[in-house]
Amino acid sequence: MPVLEDLSLACADQSFTAVVGPSGCGKSTLTRLIAGLLRPDSGDILLHGEPVLGPRSSVGMAFQNPVLLEWRTIIDNVTLPLEIVPNDLSRAERRQRSHELLSLVGLGGFEDKRPSELSGGMRQRASLCRALVHRPEVLILDEPFGALDAFTREDLWQTMHTLRSEENITCLLITHDLRESVFLADKVVVLSGRPAHVQFTAEGGLGAERRLDDLYTPEATDLLHELRHQIEIAQGRSPADEQGESS
Amino acid sequence: MDLARRIAIPTTAIAITLVLWELLVWVNGWPNYKMASPSDLVPAFWKFRELFVQYSWDTLWRTVAGLGLSVLVGTAIGMIMGFSRVMREALYPLLVGFNAIPKATVVPVIALIFIGAHDMNTILIAFMISFFPIAVSISIGLSTLEPEYRDILRALGASRFTIFWKIALPKTLPEFFGALKVAVTLAFIGTNLMEIVEPHGKGLGHLFDSGKINADYPLMFAVLIALAFLGIVLFYVVVFLERIFAGWAERGET
Repeated sequence: MPVLEDLSLACADQSFTAVVGPSGCGKSTLTRLIAGLLRPDSGDILLHGEPVLGPRSSVGMAFQNPVLLEWRTIIDNVTLPLEIVPNDLSRAERRQRSHELLSLVGLGGFEDKRPSELSGGMRQRASLCRALVHRPEVLILDEPFGALDAFTREDLWQTMHTLRSEENITCLLITHDLRESVFLADKVVVLSGRPAHVQFTAEGGLGAERRLDDLYTPEATDLLHELRHQIEIAQGRSPADEQGESS
Repeated sequence: MDLARRIAIPTTAIAITLVLWELLVWVNGWPNYKMASPSDLVPAFWKFRELFVQYSWDTLWRTVAGLGLSVLVGTAIGMIMGFSRVMREALYPLLVGFNAIPKATVVPVIALIFIGAHDMNTILIAFMISFFPIAVSISIGLSTLEPEYRDILRALGASRFTIFWKIALPKTLPEFFGALKVAVTLAFIGTNLMEIVEPHGKGLGHLFDSGKINADYPLMFAVLIALAFLGIVLFYVVVFLERIFAGWAERGET
């Protein structure tokens, strides 16, 4: 059985799309396809109308595991992509770019620390900087906040929103957290169970300036409620079934 | 202060051990052919001081050469097994089988194959006995590299070699040095095995053998202590290298 089938998804330039869906529905496969790490058995991935045939340097990625290199300092971790992607920046310019990003996410002053000296949230911030340092057009986030505690996670949503406003990127976020999807994204896509296709799409209602309180407005609550309902359908159990089980 | 402390603690421990050893022999009234005491060793060392220096050098350089060969071959085998699942499955039983053969039984075989090439034979045994942990640790280090580590570079279009050089190799260094510490001791065993089982007038093993033939028991004990000393020196050389190349893996005292 294919993991993804009949899946069609378009992300506008500099938009933020969140993809939610039940566990194991193929969300991570989708990110690996878009990043060019996997080739689709059939169908196409297009970037500016050009098919994606392999990895390309205009993509940045961040995962649930921040995968920082323990033998490098924080700033050397962030600079890593600039050592791979062809560019004509000098060493000083690379450090300058990394330093700016680190300051933006609140890690100014931690440049020369080792990853093991940082908390989980700080490591994830550094990981976001690394994903953005080479100015990618597309940022792929595969549950980057999934392993953090609730308050740290909310802090990072705000950091992510700041980064997104500063960096002119098209973002695709994979998440299990509906509030996260509503807070960060302009468009929330619900995937069905396997084989996954787009089951539901909602336009996010939050403006350019976002505060956590915005999640508690009636509109946001309605949207969350609708998404919750869609997830239950994707999981293969509608609310009616649940009532049947409990009686 | 910190350095003084780091020297003082192990030195005191060694001194206490020597005193206890001396006491043990004295209390039991053992003659030196049952167990020599530290005070018997001093004259033994003094009497054969020139031989100790010369033979220690024989043992040391051949051990280091064998160890060097182990690092090269062990790393190569480890890389082959770490990157290819097929090769891992193919080579594992062979390696385990080879490692299970007692090297004492291999010594005469090697000595027969390369008659007279004593240095090479000794180095070969030191190598054979010590490459296994290195090969295994490198292969495990490489094959257990989390896919995300590969993906962060692969997504940028990095080549396989770049991924190996920037990520896989440094990430495997702590495991490598862990194995090297085991291999150091094993390589010494290998060198001495050759020197004792097929004596050829070289190395501390030969001195041990002479002590046995001449019933010079303090000399035999003195050789054991000299071997322990060389082992400690080489071990700390590896620890020093580990600090330089994989010091990042050590957590601070918090």
